[in-house]
Amino acid sequence: MQNAGLHPPDPVGDTPAPPRPRRPDAAPGRFAPDLLAALRLYAAVARGAFRRFATYRAASLAGAFTNTVFGLILASTFLALWHARPGLGGYDEVTAVTYIWVSQGLLVTVAVMGGGFQDDVQERFRSGDIAIDLYRPVDFQGWWLATDLGRAAFHLLARGVPPMLVGSLVFRVRLPEHPLTWVYFLLATVLAVVVSFGVRFLVSLTGFWLQDSEGVRSVTLVVSMFFSGMLLPLALFPGLLGDLAPLLPWAALVKVPTDVFLERVTGPGLLGALGFQLGWAVVLLAAGRLVQLLATRKVVVQGG
Amino acid sequence: MALIELDDVRRTFTVRAKAGRLRREKREVRAVDGLTFTVEAGECVGYIGPNGAGKSTTIKMLTGILVPTAGRLRVAGVDPARERVALARRIGVVFGQRTTLWWDLPLRDSYELARRLYRIPDHRYRANLDRCVELLDLGALLDTPVRQLSLGQRMRGDLAAALLHDPRVLYLDEPTIGLDVVSKAKVRDFLREVNRDLGTTVLLTTHDLTDIEQLCDRVMVIDHGRVVHDGGLEALHAAGDSERTLVVDLAGSHPPIEVPGARVVRVEGPRQWLAFPSQESAAPVVAAVAARYPLVDLSVREPAIEDVIARMYAEVAIG
Amino acid sequence: MADQAVVTRAPLPAVTRESPAARVAWAVRSWWLAAAMWTRAIMSYRASFVMMLCANVVVTFLDFVVVILMFRHTDTLGGWTLPELGFLYGTSALALGLANLFVGSVDALGERIRTGTLDIMLVRPAPALAQLCAERFSLRRLGRPAQAAAVLLWSLTALDVHWTWDRVLLLPVLVVCGTLIFAAVFIGFASLQFWWGEAKEIQNSFTYGGATVLQYPPTVFAKELVAGTVFGIPLAFVNWLPALRILDRPDPLGLPTAFQYASPLAAALALAVAGLAWRAGLRAYRGAGG
Repeated sequence: MQNAGLHPPDPVGDTPAPPRPRRPDAAPGRFAPDLLAALRLYAAVARGAFRRFATYRAASLAGAFTNTVFGLILASTFLALWHARPGLGGYDEVTAVTYIWVSQGLLVTVAVMGGGFQDDVQERFRSGDIAIDLYRPVDFQGWWLATDLGRAAFHLLARGVPPMLVGSLVFRVRLPEHPLTWVYFLLATVLAVVVSFGVRFLVSLTGFWLQDSEGVRSVTLVVSMFFSGMLLPLALFPGLLGDLAPLLPWAALVKVPTDVFLERVTGPGLLGALGFQLGWAVVLLAAGRLVQLLATRKVVVQGG
Repeated sequence: MALIELDDVRRTFTVRAKAGRLRREKREVRAVDGLTFTVEAGECVGYIGPNGAGKSTTIKMLTGILVPTAGRLRVAGVDPARERVALARRIGVVFGQRTTLWWDLPLRDSYELARRLYRIPDHRYRANLDRCVELLDLGALLDTPVRQLSLGQRMRGDLAAALLHDPRVLYLDEPTIGLDVVSKAKVRDFLREVNRDLGTTVLLTTHDLTDIEQLCDRVMVIDHGRVVHDGGLEALHAAGDSERTLVVDLAGSHPPIEVPGARVVRVEGPRQWLAFPSQESAAPVVAAVAARYPLVDLSVREPAIEDVIARMYAEVAIG
Repeated sequence: MADQAVVTRAPLPAVTRESPAARVAWAVRSWWLAAAMWTRAIMSYRASFVMMLCANVVVTFLDFVVVILMFRHTDTLGGWTLPELGFLYGTSALALGLANLFVGSVDALGERIRTGTLDIMLVRPAPALAQLCAERFSLRRLGRPAQAAAVLLWSLTALDVHWTWDRVLLLPVLVVCGTLIFAAVFIGFASLQFWWGEAKEIQNSFTYGGATVLQYPPTVFAKELVAGTVFGIPLAFVNWLPALRILDRPDPLGLPTAFQYASPLAAALALAVAGLAWRAGLRAYRGAGG
């Protein structure tokens, strides 16, 4: 190339600039249109996530199979326990088994074991793109929350319904007596997803400080499985543990939705349960926002 | 001595495509369709073709990753499909877009692992490492974790890793992809020395014609799983020697400009495309534009490999 | 130029076939070399590693706490006591944990195929399976077997085992064979990913799901399921059958006593099947044979 020196970096290069996400209109003083535009954007993001997960049909099928197998295993152990102690924790054999199947349906929907957007974020950490993400015009936390809600909607259908169906065919289960309970259950599930997102968001952001954030994930997995009531209803926890566990955010993941489904909470109790979820959702999202701010500052100082 | 021998090598893939609601149709796709050629020891061969032509399928068969559906294949005296591990000790492979180095560890650690994995005798290891370090300018990088290396540095590191065990054949898949001009030059210089001084046989796929021009004395063009051209670079030159393009950005919109030795082929607002003969220097054309028009920015485009291949086809069809 | 170079080179040596023993030794050594590299890579983030290992050990105890909590409400589960369940839990989790430590990474086969990492492994002079099993090896996975071993030790002190020589011998055999059986399940089901990328989820049902089943007495489950773990996927040989002998309990299926000693045979069979599945999968991937 005899003319190599003539043109340093290619100014009219062949590679197009990477597409940038559309900036939601952010002019001050136009609050309502802003909010509408932002909501529309997040709705589109959520729809996109739903569709993305919907393409993995075979994976969903295999996953639903796993949920069903675990449901069968745990239902057997629960039946043995309630056989020895009927009425334990306010559950009879039928409600205890129902508890298993509802919680298996929630396991992936609510991402009790972690995952969902966390896998994407982890990949962005690995590639180093995460530093860029913080500067995108779209809000970092809002973006991931929207994708996670879209994912959860799909998983509720693909990973939640099949184990419930199989469970109700193989075992005797208790379905809600009041039709409205289904609506409350759906609401509790949405709130559970948001609380779960709040926790997972904090876990993922540790990646800015710890290289091995996969380790943090594996630790939170066990804690989350235990304190959500996924392995054993919190009502069976004794003493101090029994007093403490229902107050922790993980109780919002499985305990509250199953309580709603089994109509263990009604009337003012129902409001309290949903309020408990909402409270944790707000606290965790605020904490996530704060940590995101610290992360952004750290990236500025250290350049990523 | 032929180091690579292919005799009527074929490879088909069965593709299942949806046909209707539940029915699935099996379809045979011939990725490689009767390849016959040999590569002698010490040759440097460019292996080019459009995407999906069967290049990577060939490379995968030559490295023992894929087993041919039919035909006979030998590399460095070994049947790749049957003696994969023995073959691996005799070949070096560099994938331009995937590193084989250990991301979180210093470069040196990857080489130490290669020493053990390839069972390289100590004196060979030391001699090869020293030579690579010198030629590829790796001295300052040996103790740097690979994740901190630039793309060009990493490619140089990968090249060294592929050569420590004295391979007879070196396969390079897009070795200069994404590199800047200086790194490309370094990589090419190194490959030339490896080929000339060590007699290592090199087989190279690339989209960058300059790689071929500067390194290879033989070029094979493959399309639809068949060799459509095999020979010297003359055909390549004849096809490639046509025209290059000078892209200029002027201060404002202009009617097509007039420059001796070049003609405008396209105008788009302030940007104009000028074609000029490949063998001519761009400098007088640039100077002429700059003298007469308000030149803001410019670049020169080499003919794309796809264009060249297309021209070669045209010649094959005519001849 | 080329002629010149050829002169300086030794002629190509003939390929010599190595003995099966030498090949196994080489596979183990390849695994070791790769695992050591991953360990060093992780050790470059030492602080976070040590913290995570500790947290992991502590936190995995919560898993056993669930069993303890169940026993706050009952004295027996399916007729078995807490120390007996501790024995089942410890042996099952130890075997799974060790298998996961050594070969667990094989379950990411589908991803390795998608990203092209498997191709890179195939151009190295080492068995692809060994490299795959060592990929992303982390000593952090020691957390679970460590916790399981602690539970097992506790159960042994709490149990009143009538130790005879065969029972003493059966214990280490159980741990080794259990690990091998779970390793075979990992490899065998991972091989399915050569044909079906989503088989990983199914595999979870048999590895983690299987380990969960084995943590509870066989009396808790339907007889069909227990029979499936004896004659289907031989998980019952991991700990249920030998435990019946060690803890002197009746077999709910009423099988001959020989089954309780048959774990080595089951492990060998399982490994053979897994090995065949792997070879068939790799052949399908490379496109060899029918």
